[in-house]
Amino acid sequence: MGILELIIVSLIKIIVIAVVMLLTVSYLVYFERKIAAWAQNRIGPNRVGPAGIFQPFADVLKLLLKEDIVPTAANKQMHTLAPMIALFVAFSTFAVLPVGPSFTAFGKVFSFVVADVNIGILYVLALTSVGVYAITFSGWSSGSKYSLLGGIRSSAQMISYEISMGFSVAGVILLAESLRPIAIVNAQSGWMWNIILQPIGFITFLVSAFAETNRLPFDLPEAEPELVGGYHTEYSSMKFAAFFLSEYANMIISSALIVTLYLGGWQIPYLELLNLSAGWVVILQVGAFIFKLVFIMFFFIWVRWSIPRFRYDQLMNIGWKVMFPLSLLNLLWVAILAMIL
Amino acid sequence: MITLQIILFSVFAIIAVVTSILVVTRKNPIISALFLVLNFAALAGIYLLLNAQFIAVVQVIVYAGAIMVLFLFVIMLLRPEHEKNFFEENPKMKWLALIVGVVVFFQLIYTIFFGKLSSSIHQNAEKSVEIGTIESIGRGLFTTYLIPFEAAGFLLLAAAIGALVLAKKHFD
Amino acid sequence: MLIEYLPIFLVFGFAIIFAIATVFSSTIFGPKRPTSEKLSTYESGMKPIGTTHDRVSVKYYIVAMLFIIFDLEVIFVYPWAVQFKRLYAELGISIFFSMLLFLVVFEIGFLYAYKKGGFKWD
Repeated sequence: MGILELIIVSLIKIIVIAVVMLLTVSYLVYFERKIAAWAQNRIGPNRVGPAGIFQPFADVLKLLLKEDIVPTAANKQMHTLAPMIALFVAFSTFAVLPVGPSFTAFGKVFSFVVADVNIGILYVLALTSVGVYAITFSGWSSGSKYSLLGGIRSSAQMISYEISMGFSVAGVILLAESLRPIAIVNAQSGWMWNIILQPIGFITFLVSAFAETNRLPFDLPEAEPELVGGYHTEYSSMKFAAFFLSEYANMIISSALIVTLYLGGWQIPYLELLNLSAGWVVILQVGAFIFKLVFIMFFFIWVRWSIPRFRYDQLMNIGWKVMFPLSLLNLLWVAILAMIL
Repeated sequence: MITLQIILFSVFAIIAVVTSILVVTRKNPIISALFLVLNFAALAGIYLLLNAQFIAVVQVIVYAGAIMVLFLFVIMLLRPEHEKNFFEENPKMKWLALIVGVVVFFQLIYTIFFGKLSSSIHQNAEKSVEIGTIESIGRGLFTTYLIPFEAAGFLLLAAAIGALVLAKKHFD
Repeated sequence: MLIEYLPIFLVFGFAIIFAIATVFSSTIFGPKRPTSEKLSTYESGMKPIGTTHDRVSVKYYIVAMLFIIFDLEVIFVYPWAVQFKRLYAELGISIFFSMLLFLVVFEIGFLYAYKKGGFKWD
C-alpha cells in the first residue's frame, strides 16, 4: 500500500469513527438520563421530539449559544488549554482499538482499526496518563478553591488507579504474548476469554476504569456537596461541553478496552461450527463487539445510579491497599496459569 | 531529498527546541511544567522516528505522565510568592547556576563534536526496527541484562524508602 | 520510519483540530457581555476570601512519588509479560522467579509505605 493510499484510508476511518463516537456520546447522555429517570421512578427527557430523542442536539445547541465566561482570577491561556487536552486525549485514544476482524475484499486486506502498532495497549495507557493534565491544569488555572481541590484530588485519584490498571493489563498481555489489541483478541478465541481465565484481573481493571473515567462511585472530583463542580466549576459553554464530551468519550473507550481485553473483543464462541460465508462472519463479529460494548456501557450507567459515592480516604484505600495487591496477585496467577497450560 | 521522515523530524525538533527555551524563560513554574510536558512528547516523537517504539511510549508514560505530575504537585506544594525572589535572597546561587550551566554546555559541545558513536550501533536499518520492539527488549532484559534488572529493583526500593523518609515528619 | 505509526500522527492532527474548533466555537457563536460580577470567582455566592494558590497537602506529593516508583515497576513488567511464554519454553521456571524476586523487592517498599502511613488519608 502506498503512503497516499494509507493516508486516505486512515483519514476515512478517522472521520467515520469520530462521527460514530460523537453520535454515541450524544445518545449515551440521552440514555443515561433515561436510565437515571427509570431508576429513580421519573420520566426523564420527553419534550424535544418523540420521547425526547432530539434532546442531545438541543443540549449541544444550547451550550454552543451560551456565553464563554473566563473568570478574572483565572489564567486565561491555561484555562482554555485544559479542555483542549481533555478532548485531544478522548478523541485520539480510539486509534488502536479494533472493532472487528481484518477481512479481504476486492483483493485488498481491510481492518477495523486505524493503526495496528507494536505498542498497542501501551499507547492507550500513555494517553490516559496524559489525560491527568487536563484535570490538573483546569483545577489550577480556574483560580477557584473548589477547582483547585477538585483538580488535585482527581489527579491523585487517577494516578493511584493507573498502577492497578497497568498490572491488570500486564496479565492480559502475558497470555496474548503481544501488545497489539488484535493479537490480544485473537488469543481469546472460543471460550478463552480473559474474564474467565483471570476474573480478579477483570475486576481490578473494571474498578480502575471507573476511577479513571471519574464515574460514580469514584466521582470525588465533582462531589457536589463539598466541591460544587470540582475542576470544571469555572467552565461554561463549549469549554464545559468539552469536559462533558471527553468524559463520555472516555467511558466509550474504557468500555471498548474492557471488551477487547477481557470479553474476547469481536469473538463469538463456536461461530465456525455454523459454516457461514466470510461476509456474514465479519458482520456478526462486528455486531458481537457492538453488543458487548453496549452492555458494558449500560453497566457503567447502572452502577452510577445504584452505588453511593465513596469518601476520599476510602477511595485512596481501595486503590492502594485493595486493588494494587489484587492486581499483583492476578499477575502471579496468570503466570502460573501460563506455566500449567 | 525531502522525505516524510525529515518533515516529521523537523516538526518534532522545532517543538522540542522551542518548548525547552520556553521552559526556562517562563516566570510561572506551572506554565514551565506544561512546556516541559510538550518537550517530552516531542522527544517521544523523535524516538519513534528512530524506531525505538517501546522507549517512545515509555517516555510518555514515565516522563510526561508520572514525573511531571510529581513536578506539578511539588510546585503546588511550594508557596509561589516565597519562591519568586529566591535569587535575591541567595545571590551566590546565581553564580553557582552559571557555573553549572557553562559546564553542562561544554559537556554537550564535547559530546556532539568530539564524541564517538558506539561500535555496537546497528548500521542495518531493519535490524534496528527489531531492536526497538518490546519483544527484543524483554528478551535482552531477562537474559543478558538480568543482574542490572534486579539491581534496578533494589535501586527503586531505595528511592521509595528515601521519598517516604523525606516526607515522614509531615505525616507522623 | 515505521509506516504503521503514520495513522497515529493523522489521528493526533485530527484530534488537535477538533479540540481547538470545539473550544473556540462558543466564542464565535455565543454572546459576550461580561460584567465584573459575572467574572468573579464562584464561592457559593460569597465574596472570595484569601488566596486560591495556597499550598496543598504533602500527602499528594507522597502519592505522586509512590506513583512514579510503582509506574516504573509496571513498565519493567511489560517486557517480561510479553516474552514470558517464549522464555519459559526456553529457560524454564527461572524466568518466573527472576520476576518474583523483583516484585518481592518492590513490595518491601510498598509494605514500608503502608506501615509508615504513606497511604493514610484522614
